[in-house]
Amino acid sequence: MPARADIDATAPKHLRGKYAIVGVGETDYTRGSGTTTRALGTTAVRRAVTDAGLTMADVDGMLSYNGNDSVPSTAIAGDLGMRLNFYMDCQGGGSSTEALVGIAIGVIEAGLCNTVAIFRAMNGYSQVRIGGTGRSSGRTALSGDALFTRAFGQLSAAQMFAPTFMRHMYEYGTTPEQVAHVKAIHSEHASNNPKAYYRQRVTPADVLASRMICKPLHLLDCCVETDNGNCLIVTSLDRARDCRHTPAVILGVVGRCSKPRMDNHYQSGPISTVAGAYAKDILWPNAGVGPEDIQVTGAYDAFTFTTMLQLEDYGFCKKGEGGDYVSSGIMRLGNKRPNNTSGGHLCEGYTHGIAMVIENVRQLRHDVDDSCPVGADGKRQHSYDYAEGGCRQVRDVELSANLGWATPGTGSALVMARGD
Amino acid sequence: MTLTGEYLGMAVAIGEVDEPNQAFYTHCGSGALHLQACAACDLMRYPTTTACPWCSAAEHEWRAVSGKGTIYSYCEVHHAIAPMYRPHLPYQLLLVQLDEQIGVPGEHDGLRVTGNLVTPAGDLAPPPMVRQVGIGTRVRVVLVDMGGGMALPQWTVDEDAEQPASPWRYPQE
Repeated sequence: MPARADIDATAPKHLRGKYAIVGVGETDYTRGSGTTTRALGTTAVRRAVTDAGLTMADVDGMLSYNGNDSVPSTAIAGDLGMRLNFYMDCQGGGSSTEALVGIAIGVIEAGLCNTVAIFRAMNGYSQVRIGGTGRSSGRTALSGDALFTRAFGQLSAAQMFAPTFMRHMYEYGTTPEQVAHVKAIHSEHASNNPKAYYRQRVTPADVLASRMICKPLHLLDCCVETDNGNCLIVTSLDRARDCRHTPAVILGVVGRCSKPRMDNHYQSGPISTVAGAYAKDILWPNAGVGPEDIQVTGAYDAFTFTTMLQLEDYGFCKKGEGGDYVSSGIMRLGNKRPNNTSGGHLCEGYTHGIAMVIENVRQLRHDVDDSCPVGADGKRQHSYDYAEGGCRQVRDVELSANLGWATPGTGSALVMARGD
Repeated sequence: MTLTGEYLGMAVAIGEVDEPNQAFYTHCGSGALHLQACAACDLMRYPTTTACPWCSAAEHEWRAVSGKGTIYSYCEVHHAIAPMYRPHLPYQLLLVQLDEQIGVPGEHDGLRVTGNLVTPAGDLAPPPMVRQVGIGTRVRVVLVDMGGGMALPQWTVDEDAEQPASPWRYPQE
């Protein structure tokens, strides 16, 4: 995979394999948490620190992202009695997790802190719903950017992204039936995830028969909105060796890589190409591996189409062949390269991408939290029987890729390897 | 002063500090769609910006465009988020590529304008009209009065243009 001419993507080779995700934590995935985002964040951070085998005093950095719908690091750290040497809270959605992992590596490398908690807490169903259903659906006057979107009834992510999806169908012959397989496969995975919000298996025909939301998106092409808090702990590989679990070693990151014109990306084409087409030329040289090496993917599934577009533009198949890729069965547990083994945002719950990284950390530990029995060593005894209600551990997985999505114009990604 | 108006029951308020948007919508209110054209590189842009996306220059002039174009992509909304759109379901969200500046400066660049499909009178298009159009349909601008001297650029089928035999539409009606 050649490096891009405008960036020396192989420069940080000395950081490849030097940092790891050592702890993961989450709350239940609900519609109606009955509590505050502050409490959700506190729970997720406490569980992640505990999962890592660390104490609150060991964590001295914190990063978070939100869309004016959550609490800052200061509240969570205060509640947990953590004294921070570094923190930062940023605006953002689905391209944030992987980007913040990159920032965590940078600030630890720069000597600002030692161990960083990255969290996202949201009442994404019961309080602030993406697209303004509960916040800005017409009560405030049209001005500024809203004149070019909300004035036309373009508010939700579905309405914002659909012209990209439709143009991909027009240019490449991608069909609704092909992308419906994304939901069907993720639902199979979710049926083996006891914590998934939707555990019912559905078929591509079910997707096509569900009511139309925003053509080309049926109801079941769209992810679920939920309330949840999630957290990752990032530290150096040296410190990781003292933690409880096999580390998920970070090989490479690309953060918020964008197409030209960014928010106005429809002005620069081809509009059926997404930010992954640019991000891949940073990701793969930084990671030192290519898409052919990856054994499990976490391609962001805000919609069935986003999974397809990202796998295509990150090079898992040829341009235009994403529809064939996602309907080939390759992404199903037991096959060559499963995607979103938790069920993802389409089924498990909506977390703006962080839960997909948590899932792959567990995959690389070979300790996914399915229904298989826990052995005397505290680890699950995986059956690798992927029938409904069964196992969802990928056998002998060593390499994962997460492909985060903000809009067609911006994305982030992360490659991790199973540590020693 | 702040320009105020109303569209589909939504208040419109454009403050005087927002010069590009005041100018954009008052040009529409005066009867012709205008875009910012860069004083340095002469390229037009959409939507309004505070500098030229192609050369970063600050200065611009307002240039009238023909208000004709082709549907480049679209989506059809069947579930309204904002209540004022519910009576108009399904409504069509269009990405219209203007006839000006196609493939400039980059091969895949164009002036792609967001809007709805409307009747020649400016009402959101009824379902039979929505079902007629797709990628490739030729459209013309309809400037819908918002009051306050402002208008919103919307799009209707161009009756005088040569239309494709069958514009590309999503296969499931």
